[in-house]
Amino acid sequence: MAWQWFHRLGSPRWFYQKTSAWMPWLALASLLLIGAGSIWGLGFAPEDAKQGNSYRIIYIHVPAAFLALAGYYIMAISGAIGLIWKMKLSFVVMRAAAPIGAVLTFIALFTGAVWGKPTWGTYWVWDARITSMLILLFLYIGVIALSRAFSREQVADKACALLALVGTVNIPIIYKSVDWWFTLHQPATIKFTEKSSIDPSMFYPLLTMVIGFYCLYAWTLIAHTREKILQREWRTSWVQQLMGGESATESKAG
Amino acid sequence: MQFQFDSLAAFLHMDGHGTFVWAAYGVTFLTLTALALQPRLQRRRLKRELERQQRIEARRRSVETRRTREAEPA
Repeated sequence: MAWQWFHRLGSPRWFYQKTSAWMPWLALASLLLIGAGSIWGLGFAPEDAKQGNSYRIIYIHVPAAFLALAGYYIMAISGAIGLIWKMKLSFVVMRAAAPIGAVLTFIALFTGAVWGKPTWGTYWVWDARITSMLILLFLYIGVIALSRAFSREQVADKACALLALVGTVNIPIIYKSVDWWFTLHQPATIKFTEKSSIDPSMFYPLLTMVIGFYCLYAWTLIAHTREKILQREWRTSWVQQLMGGESATESKAG
Repeated sequence: MQFQFDSLAAFLHMDGHGTFVWAAYGVTFLTLTALALQPRLQRRRLKRELERQQRIEARRRSVETRRTREAEPA
């Protein structure tokens, strides 16, 4: 009986119908949290003693970087599940995660660069953290390119999953890069195992933004997955009925 | 908790760091909005494509029925 649940989860149609109810709530939560967190971080959190106001970029830089990494896990794990259990839906999630991850990595790099200028005096340095994040961006772009390079979907799915899995080597390197090598990048501000090196007045807006970004990520990933499901299944009767719009629903109601 | 700036101008200027801070926030929100709107555009494109397919199918069927009718002996 537990397997029934697992199989249903693999069904794109079930996923599409199940997630319909979640979408407005996820959208509302992300808008409220990111809106409140931005206003809090930009206007109400105290100025940093060393970096002045430029540090306010942290409120988008850190959540974007978190999600860029978490998104890679999601992409690679979905790819692995697809390879092992041949689950259709999980390949769709993997493909949907690639452009979202690429955008978040780009945001992390871009905000890092404009934060670097006033604090380090340069937009870019080839140090371990920044270079490994750039490699992450290339991995995401690689998966996107690979997903479009094959005419047969199943072949593209497998190739993308393999690339995503091989690329996971990069993830621990990104995490540890600030400890292993000398770098301009500051060490982690939020630590899970010891006391964070950030004042509560700055920590709570940051936490709000991180949770908001997680909600937005979930919403965006599900929205992209739903669209890809429709594109893949457009021949099926349930998609035709859904997309048929008024005429189909009217005839059904009548 | 209180607002950290004396005026709107000071808030925008941020002691000279305003350009960097606002550029970072602006680019972030622009790209995230584009990413959020993308599925909607894809849905519209798919809908148009399906309607086109249906039109082609309907035309094909009407031509077929006309042909069979013409083929029938009067």
